[in-house]
Amino acid sequence: MDEILKTSLYEKHLALNAKMEPFAGFYMPIEYTGIIKEHTAVRTKSGMFDVSHMGEIYVKGTDALRFVEYITTNELKSKTNGKVVYGLMLYENGTVVDDLLTYKYSDEAFLLVVNASNVGKDYMWIVEQSEGFDVLISNHSDDYSEIAVQGPETEEIIKRLLEIDLSSLEAFEFTNAIFDDHDILISRTGYTGEDGFEIYADHIAINMIWDILYESGEVLPCGLGARDTLRFEAALPLYGHEISDKITPLEAGFGMFVKFDKGNFIGRDALLKQKADGLKQKVVGIELTERAIPRQGYPVFSGDTQIGVITTGYLSITAGKPIAMALIDAQYSALDTPITVQIRNKHVSGFVRNKQFIKKNYKIKGEQKK
Amino acid sequence: MSKVLEGYFYAESHEWAKKENQFAYIGITDFAQAQLGNVVFVDLPEVGALVKKGKEFGAVESVKAASDLISPVSGKVVEINEDLVGEPEVINQDAFASWLIKVEISNPADFNDLMSAEAYKNIAK
Repeated sequence: MDEILKTSLYEKHLALNAKMEPFAGFYMPIEYTGIIKEHTAVRTKSGMFDVSHMGEIYVKGTDALRFVEYITTNELKSKTNGKVVYGLMLYENGTVVDDLLTYKYSDEAFLLVVNASNVGKDYMWIVEQSEGFDVLISNHSDDYSEIAVQGPETEEIIKRLLEIDLSSLEAFEFTNAIFDDHDILISRTGYTGEDGFEIYADHIAINMIWDILYESGEVLPCGLGARDTLRFEAALPLYGHEISDKITPLEAGFGMFVKFDKGNFIGRDALLKQKADGLKQKVVGIELTERAIPRQGYPVFSGDTQIGVITTGYLSITAGKPIAMALIDAQYSALDTPITVQIRNKHVSGFVRNKQFIKKNYKIKGEQKK
Repeated sequence: MSKVLEGYFYAESHEWAKKENQFAYIGITDFAQAQLGNVVFVDLPEVGALVKKGKEFGAVESVKAASDLISPVSGKVVEINEDLVGEPEVINQDAFASWLIKVEISNPADFNDLMSAEAYKNIAK
């Protein structure tokens, strides 16, 4: 057994009496004061998450742009420096190695932020694909701590407490800043459906920032429990649930992050074929009409036929309704198709719905994103 | 440190039973509610249903997970706590006051192998 790792904030979580569990090889806080309170803090004010377990991989060199476009689905060439782009790395068969954020410093330097549970696999995969490209790939996951500070009042709180003005930073942009002589990287990104920031820095700087935000009493520490309920309501995918090595981005409903026009990328041919042949399975939204909670792994039925399985589901804290995402046979994926979910020994009625469970609240210049 | 009250009988699966004449009230322990976190839903049997010692009779669900309820005694359900259906979060406030079901006991000997408060304290930590 590999040793379970600790993030640099581990002692702080213990001091706060967090419920700790191993996740992706790290002891991580699941909840501190209760998932509902933490979830609500992010939706209404501000909450912070230790996400130091995430992976940070740099790709640098004269072929960096060409290489990152080859291993990910999204388009980076037209993006200006300082942009963050969501994309997916695929296998040749079109299923997902991982999803990731790509930070563009320049055409010759990118930071890839990947899922904690996949860092080792991703790093190996990226290195294996790099033959023939003039790039240097380095895994800096151990050098960084990271916190996500999320919620509508976060910009104002950071300005006041950390004296960093982020008002000109838009969603999916990043900037470098100096905090108490430490270099820090801040992006207007997150995994909650709310406005907010992710801050990457050395372990000491992140510990100082955490303390300032915590001691103010204005930013509530939040665990992975609330992180999952928040990302779920925003219909953001979690690797191993809505995307995996058995699901393609088209099946998951993320075709908008796949740019076929940019040229070749790994998995492109398989996705084009899938597009031409039609999808066999799809990730859809589900809402139950009876009070019960559809949870991951529960089977989904049409009549007596099992048509799929719940990938994530909750009694939504924000919407107050039992909703889920489910991977089902595409022929049942039309909106309002009646389904049932088997919960213990009962079949509970529901229907297929869109995945806009809540209204997202991102800051984008000149528009309020729907 | 979770609360363990005298006068209740305890099962290893963290349910309690409280005897009142030929009836028993059944609930989950303070330790169980603390482990679960915010309770958002209870799934209870209907009045008239038979519950069997050691068998599942419903579920209590937190935000994160569903946890089966195991009956500490056998009997017939004569009442369910309707207040909990509308307000399951009161289980987090006072697990011992939040009984789930009331059963007519079919076998009084079922209590013999349940734990006393003293014994349960050793496993509820």
